Amino acid sequence: MAYDLKMRVWRGDADGGELTDYSVEVSEGEVVLDALHRLQATQTGDLAIRWNCKAGKCGSCSAEINGRPRLMCMTRLSDFDPADTITVTPMRTFPVIRDLVTDVSFNYEKARQLPYAELGPRDADGKRRMMQVDVERGQEFRKCIECYLCQDVCHVVRDHEDNKQHFAGPRFFIRYAELDMHPLDTHDRRQLAQGAAGLGMCNITKCCTEVCPEGIHITDNGIIPMKERVVDRKYDPLVWLGNKIGIRNKDNDGRTEV
Amino acid sequence: MTGNEMSPEAAGGMERHAYDVVVIGAGGAGLRAAIAAHDAGARVAVVCKSLLGKAHTVMAEGGIAAAMGNRWPEDNWEVHYRDTMRGGKMMNHWRMAQLHAQQAPERVLELEDWGALFDRTEDGLISQRDFGGHKYARLAHVGDRTGLEMIRTLQQRTVQLGIDVHMECTITEVLKDADGQGRVAGAFGYWRETGRFVTFEAPSVILATGGIGKSYKVTSNSWEYTGDGHALALRAGASLINMEFVQFHPTGMVWPPSVKGLLVTESVRGDGGILKNSEGKRFMFDYIPDFFKAETADTEEEADRWYDDKLNNRRPPELLPRDEVARAINSEIKAGRGSPHGGIYLDIASRRDADYIRKRLPSMYHQFKELADVDITAEPMEIGPTCHYVMGGVEVDPDTQESAVPGLYAVGECSGGMHGSNRLGGNSLGDLLVFGKLAGEAATSYATGLGGARPQVAETDVKAAQASALAPFEVEGGENPYSIQSDLQQSMNDLVGIIRTAGELEQSLVEIERLKQRAGAMTVEGHRQYNPGWHLSIDLRNMLIVSESIARAALAREESRGGHTRDDFPTTDHEVWGRKNLIVSLDAAGTGVELAEKPLPEMPDELKKYFEES
Repeated sequence: MAYDLKMRVWRGDADGGELTDYSVEVSEGEVVLDALHRLQATQTGDLAIRWNCKAGKCGSCSAEINGRPRLMCMTRLSDFDPADTITVTPMRTFPVIRDLVTDVSFNYEKARQLPYAELGPRDADGKRRMMQVDVERGQEFRKCIECYLCQDVCHVVRDHEDNKQHFAGPRFFIRYAELDMHPLDTHDRRQLAQGAAGLGMCNITKCCTEVCPEGIHITDNGIIPMKERVVDRKYDPLVWLGNKIGIRNKDNDGRTEV
Repeated sequence: MTGNEMSPEAAGGMERHAYDVVVIGAGGAGLRAAIAAHDAGARVAVVCKSLLGKAHTVMAEGGIAAAMGNRWPEDNWEVHYRDTMRGGKMMNHWRMAQLHAQQAPERVLELEDWGALFDRTEDGLISQRDFGGHKYARLAHVGDRTGLEMIRTLQQRTVQLGIDVHMECTITEVLKDADGQGRVAGAFGYWRETGRFVTFEAPSVILATGGIGKSYKVTSNSWEYTGDGHALALRAGASLINMEFVQFHPTGMVWPPSVKGLLVTESVRGDGGILKNSEGKRFMFDYIPDFFKAETADTEEEADRWYDDKLNNRRPPELLPRDEVARAINSEIKAGRGSPHGGIYLDIASRRDADYIRKRLPSMYHQFKELADVDITAEPMEIGPTCHYVMGGVEVDPDTQESAVPGLYAVGECSGGMHGSNRLGGNSLGDLLVFGKLAGEAATSYATGLGGARPQVAETDVKAAQASALAPFEVEGGENPYSIQSDLQQSMNDLVGIIRTAGELEQSLVEIERLKQRAGAMTVEGHRQYNPGWHLSIDLRNMLIVSESIARAALAREESRGGHTRDDFPTTDHEVWGRKNLIVSLDAAGTGVELAEKPLPEMPDELKKYFEES
């Protein structure tokens, strides 16, 4: 059933901008991105939108819909009353380039500072062996589509520009967690996570988990276990004593600190 | 690394970068090529239209076909080779299919070395799943999001190695040397973000731009798939091969309209899903072609036993190669036995328990739940064919991926020959890795071999490329590019689709000519900064020339084979058409394409033996 949807879309660039009102015809089964595409094709050919797969798999079309960080391609119009006005604004945490497109290079800078997987040698037959149950923990985090909605919503950087330098953000904390949980990885990155990535600045308000379109338990399965492991190493008196008198820390078995 | 900042010296002028190797495209093939070039010692850059990690490889679901033998020790490269050639109806370049089958296992293990987390067998090895046309369970996978795992692994490796990535930068021309020797000298493009121009000077350019799906209305492809590499190669003087072969994936979503064409992975069938018409009949048993009779089950009982006992049973007909299944679905819908929204039913709910489905097909579960309100663990999906992949592409040397233009390479979907007339599922991801690596190495070796005598970019070419890119801003009162694109998509869907006839193909060529005229006078509004209308106007030229290539080749090939079905020539003609390829190149005027025939490369005798019994 087709109807005219009222939309307010932020238009502008780094120098400023404003919400602009539009009315666009939409039909059954459509998503917010469909409505914007129709706007583009019929009323405003230069409306800037970043998008790719339109299937919730690439994480390109992140924006804030009625103030909530969401993927435009996975936000169905049927979730709203046809009489409602839908407001679409760019992600607030990142600088605007134009209209709904933001400069997300913060995330790519952080990715560059990240450690990487370092596996030991393969088995004698040239293959590697890991059990399904062991890879599943890391696999949850590798579902991440890098939409950066978790980064956008995180108040540590959303409201405090200064923190960006010292804080990698939820997307990259789960990368740390994933590497830490890799059954064959040989590095210990707890020091890095706490120091360079600023894991300690997260006060687990779980906003990131709430907006994750992939349903990754960012806080419970990623950040909290990572914090616990950091804390074990740093504050557990037995571990501390063991380290002090030269008894090998079992927790570090097979892993080299980087 | 984002490449999005302008270098200070570029202010007011042309931004320039110099590399040994420039890779255009950051999907699986492009990233693997860049890694290989880096490892071979090249200064290499990746240039991509989107952000890093968003390329269409991310959409690949099922897995990477590689005969590792983890599930079936009987599997080896020879069986994989045979499956690939038969799936492509023997039109594949034998050498590419051989290299692919031989090298794919090591390319997969390499991903694991770099941190990929594949699903495991009970013994802890990389799990392998069943797919259409593959004799054994052969696809290394991660649930149904294998492409995401692959791109993330390659992306993280690329970043780790410190390779330059220029994101949201579109290449509009491959530049040739100023001295007229016909060698590659670089590439010209624009930053999407600012609309400013950039020239890359490099003796080796690797095209890894993917496919052409956006020329069709119903497609599983994203906006990026506008045939850029195909068109860049044509304009640079290279040729395309096999362009008439376009794969329509049998299972795309058909409802709601906004997701029509979106892919439903073949893994649904590999994991036990079956196809039914509106009468509830499992109709694929009626569509088993003679070519595959000997290896396909002819009763439901045998088909169902196959999942657990492959040695004593034959494969279910739902797992025939994609071209066969897509045609069968098309026929059922045409015969009036379709579903309410014009598809047919894909049912796994009645065959596997809910936990198994959610575990094996998490993305599909999510996709149908979120976008169509369908619970695939409880009810069947409605699906229909969708334009998915082009087998055709740049004609390359099988061992180096070099095109006819010295220094110009092509890999992945934008190259041709590997898949013949039809690609088997799972063979594309393997293709990206195997040939990406070979191209990266060959391109580096070529660039290094030139020493100091590198081809120089001609300034007149740079000026011409600028003028051409800006032309749509010069026109006033013309049409907007969106309506031209939409008409092209409709024409290609209607006239050059899954079933073709001479009359419709001729009409499509007339339509394309008309669209070219309209595109010559199109207007874009606004300015150069992140302007999608302008970007589309540039992409549209590529879509038009590639669409013409497909239509011309499809009109010439008077037989049906793989991804090319002619209603007026329904049989497969092994004697005449089975022996030749159609080659497309730019015509003398540079505004259209022309066709030539070329004999199919002859397979050596030691490989012929794999096909003797059939």
